Amino acid sequence: MTEQQLPGDPPEPATSAGPPLLEVTGISKSFFGVTVLADVDLDVRAGEVHAVLGENGAGKSTLMKVVAAAHQPDAGTIRLGGEEVTFSHPRDAQLKGVSIIYQEFNLLPDRTVAQNIFLGREPVRAGVVDSRRMEADTRRLLAALGASNIPPDRLVRELSVAQQQTVEISKALSYEARVLVMDEPTAALSPHETEALFERVRRLQEQGLGILYISHRLKEIFELAQRVTVLKDGRRVGTVEASAVTTRELVRMMVGRDLAHYYPPHASPDELGEVRLRVRGGGVPGLLHDIDLEVRAGEIVGVAGLAGSGRTELAQALFGVRPFGSGRVEVDGRAVDLRTPRAALRQRMGFVTEDRKAEGLVLPLAVRDNGLLALRALGRWLSGRLPGGPLRVTDLMKRVDLRAASLDQEVRYLSGGNQQKVVLAKWLATNASILIFDEPTRGIDVGAKAGIHELMRELARAGAAILMISSELPEVIGMSDRMLVMRGGTIAGRLPADPTEDRIMLLATGERDLGEAA
Amino acid sequence: MSASTTAPSQADVPETPVVKPSSRARRAGRGLLGSAPIFLILLVVLVAIAVRNPQGASPEYYLALLKRAAPLMLLAAGQIFVIVSGEFDLSVGALITAVVVGAAVITDGDPSLSYPAIGGLLVAGVAVGAINGVATTRLRVPSFLVTLGMALVISGGVLYNTGGAPSGTLPQNLRFFGREGIEGVPVIGELPYSVIVLVVLGSVCFWLMHRTNFGRQIFAVGGNARAAALSGTRVHAVKTLAFVISAVSAVVAGILVAGFGGLSNDAGAGYEFQAISAVVLGGAVLGGGRGSVLTAMAGALTLEALFTLLNLLRLPVELRFTVQGVIIIAAVAYASVRLRASA
Amino acid sequence: MTTPANTLRRFAGTGRGLMADSGALVFVVLGLLVAGSWALVGPSFLSYENILSIVQRSVALGIVAAGQTIVILVGSLDLSVAYLVSVTAVIASAIMQGDPALMLPAVAVCLAIGVIVGLTNGLIITKLRVNAFIATLGVALILRGVLNASVDNFTGSVPIEFQALAYASLGPVPYSIMLLAGVFAAGWFLLRYTRLGHHIYAVGGDEETARLSGIRSHRIIITSHVIVSLTAVLTGLFIVSRLRAGAPWVGPDGAYDLESIAAVVVGGTALAGGRGGVLGTLAGVFILALLDNVFNQLQVNPFIKDIVRGVIIVGAVAIYALGSRRRDG
Repeated sequence: MTEQQLPGDPPEPATSAGPPLLEVTGISKSFFGVTVLADVDLDVRAGEVHAVLGENGAGKSTLMKVVAAAHQPDAGTIRLGGEEVTFSHPRDAQLKGVSIIYQEFNLLPDRTVAQNIFLGREPVRAGVVDSRRMEADTRRLLAALGASNIPPDRLVRELSVAQQQTVEISKALSYEARVLVMDEPTAALSPHETEALFERVRRLQEQGLGILYISHRLKEIFELAQRVTVLKDGRRVGTVEASAVTTRELVRMMVGRDLAHYYPPHASPDELGEVRLRVRGGGVPGLLHDIDLEVRAGEIVGVAGLAGSGRTELAQALFGVRPFGSGRVEVDGRAVDLRTPRAALRQRMGFVTEDRKAEGLVLPLAVRDNGLLALRALGRWLSGRLPGGPLRVTDLMKRVDLRAASLDQEVRYLSGGNQQKVVLAKWLATNASILIFDEPTRGIDVGAKAGIHELMRELARAGAAILMISSELPEVIGMSDRMLVMRGGTIAGRLPADPTEDRIMLLATGERDLGEAA
Repeated sequence: MSASTTAPSQADVPETPVVKPSSRARRAGRGLLGSAPIFLILLVVLVAIAVRNPQGASPEYYLALLKRAAPLMLLAAGQIFVIVSGEFDLSVGALITAVVVGAAVITDGDPSLSYPAIGGLLVAGVAVGAINGVATTRLRVPSFLVTLGMALVISGGVLYNTGGAPSGTLPQNLRFFGREGIEGVPVIGELPYSVIVLVVLGSVCFWLMHRTNFGRQIFAVGGNARAAALSGTRVHAVKTLAFVISAVSAVVAGILVAGFGGLSNDAGAGYEFQAISAVVLGGAVLGGGRGSVLTAMAGALTLEALFTLLNLLRLPVELRFTVQGVIIIAAVAYASVRLRASA
Repeated sequence: MTTPANTLRRFAGTGRGLMADSGALVFVVLGLLVAGSWALVGPSFLSYENILSIVQRSVALGIVAAGQTIVILVGSLDLSVAYLVSVTAVIASAIMQGDPALMLPAVAVCLAIGVIVGLTNGLIITKLRVNAFIATLGVALILRGVLNASVDNFTGSVPIEFQALAYASLGPVPYSIMLLAGVFAAGWFLLRYTRLGHHIYAVGGDEETARLSGIRSHRIIITSHVIVSLTAVLTGLFIVSRLRAGAPWVGPDGAYDLESIAAVVVGGTALAGGRGGVLGTLAGVFILALLDNVFNQLQVNPFIKDIVRGVIIVGAVAIYALGSRRRDG
């Protein structure tokens, strides 16, 4: 039970039987004609932790942003304490007691803890900011969370990630939050810090807050949540009592079988060629260690792992973005030094990055120029000719089945799927035959996804060696001829084609048996 | 169908399965049309000059205008490389002064030293551009500060060498580029050498920017440096070469200025702002990724024509600065509002 | 963070938040420079007269640099200050015409002009979304054109009473130094103790975060531009009181645009905004004035000073930029 009296809300016993504190019904949201949320209902009661579970792209984050008013829903209503509300700005929601804590904190690193918490609401006495009161209030807020060890006058820059998160929580509490949304709060925390966070979440629960907790770590959900809502493809699969469900059931709800999507057949053994890429003992200080892997011609090797397991770092190390500091990399049996992307390019490697717009494309340039981006980088500067002889961009774009109005169209106006095809064309232009894909279909609608998958398999059949990173389990299972599962900056396990989700999750989380957790 | 004139959202792009190639000529034509505003503005200003000019508008009159505009047009043709790469070069004014004063100091009127002097100044220009580029890319100092600092260093150096008043004289064969011309050309009478230099070097710049691998990489670097780097582009080297081109264009412009302006301690004063005004007038986007040599040079010619118009309207010559200020703000605001609308 | 720097920071009494870690460096540099200069020039360097002369030399630049600090902290910058200084000097002197009765109206007109210029800069940056460098450069060119088209030499004069600002003292302390101290005290107070100050740091640090906390970032940016313009006006008034009449070249000749940015950057304020403070800038101003003083005493060619300044600006930004990369990386 709580000492803190929340405005307009009598203290409720910490039970999941109370009336909803926050209730959203019939929420729909689409971006550029792509439906991200369809008719979703969700509610959270006072004193409850309600977990929202789903794969990447299931719509969890969008739903939470709608709740916190960072997005406006196309349809649906939000009720707070039984009363219908419309938030036009995240601040409206915050002032009414709905706060969200993103994975990327909204803190100013060069300001103190107290200054951050009271940003925009600094207490003033006689026209002067009352720092003493601000720090005293901060101390009280932190103490309520059992975090008295954080000095209010410390710069946020000097705090650990876990401490910064605590500051964010305190900030939310200072707004007298009644509902707190936490987006994958443990993604960057150590096990010890995670324990401390759970302690804090339970305290908040006792104080009568309703907590929406987004995660894809099942273990956490069983440890914290009373109820679980599973989202898939923007729809609510169901809401269940955490005590009445097993891990296996949750995984099934979350993943299901994606009947609408067929993956191209795997490579048969006789389609596999020589080892094209081999890494032995690869390491990047603080990020990766003891990486051993090989990829053969004709093969698609999948890389799975939770956020923060080192997936993207592996791709970046291979492509010379943040190169390996130790270990040995071989291409076609010869040791190579991939210090820069340029060096990787010269080994006929290609990298389809996770963030297409920031890293893959030059948005204000035309399809043609983006397609030739990498090839031109290898060309002689003072010549108009492309290296390796003339090349018809039209043919290149036909190979990736690009649908664009013209080659002179700026890529910013293309759909996500077509943009990804331009990125692919960029590497085909250089004849790249060792390809690294990082989340190849992120933000791409279902129809275009199949096209990309088909293209990847065709490339493999034509002899390319492909390493594919994906956080979408059906994709990584459907596409991979073999699979590597990463955890803690290294490869935690290797799986043959078509493993079950459970086996992947087991290796990715490092838990012995998922069934036991329930 | 033109992709550049409409701003369709992702949804309403007509999706035709096969991409139609468009000829190089059509592309060039569209490039000209897409940047039509500056040519239209130029035309309006030229007509206004013809109306206001008591002597009427003869070919010679416009040729004289072109001759006057040549240094600025060259400067704009160089500056556009830096602007498209996403940076600024504000050291060109001081560099022009240094070239004029330096040529006088080196030769002291001795014609036999003219060509060695020009060679030496070009080398110095390359060095200045290289330092600007390296300081911007390696030291991560914003380029406007680097090049303003460079301007301070250069003008300090000039004043130190001249003690405040320039000495020495410029030999005739050095001044001849900015001054003389080929006599007896039909219709126009005299064809100034500066115009020939302008056409030749302007064409070289156009070729470099729009027809070579290096040129396309400048656009990539200015449009998205990270994506360019991840595609193998040597971003630092591309930017540094852009600075070198700008500095070399300033050296050449300085030799032309020495020709018809003569020796003075403020021969190049204000050229850096005129160059920036010219390129934004020509539709270049500050921050990089968009621009063209042709429209930048058209912008420079327009600016010079506007100055001529101010004279004809008997307005004080100092208002040139005000005109530039208004142009810079208006052009950049126009571009930023338009980009936002289409984003 | 080294221990001596820490000690120095405490000694300077600036507290956290006002001084970033790197800001302490400037005091170390200032200290080293004083010691070095003393060794180079001799004991006369630390004489009362010489110190006074260094501080007095800092007044004109110092005032506008205080304003420049604020506008850089908010994530912007102002290149129009040099011409605003000239405009102020010319208009003040033209209005006063040596008549003490017109002092007040002249000052009022100049302050009003400062507000208008600041508002213009701020509105162009926030509403038209023109980057600050271009916007203020454009306004500088506009002011320059109008000014040079209107006057080309000393205009009007200021009465003896107004010249007191530059030449008289209260007891042993010259008014000019009191003015400098007052401006910096006000700047320090503003940044440390007012909500506006806190919001300036927030907007400069991360505009989105500030906005999510309910701060109206455009308003803060515009206000900061008004403040820097007002400091430029104060510098203009001080200069005209020292020169006894205004001339259009006083601002650009003092290179107050670049010099003030140099002082701010040397003082450890991040060019990107959100980190730093006015005390660092004051030290930066003293460093520049001290170098001037030493160069004069050693009779170095004055044009070498320009070269050194250019190198200092670029060098200071580079040192901080590379330093912050190491910390972030």
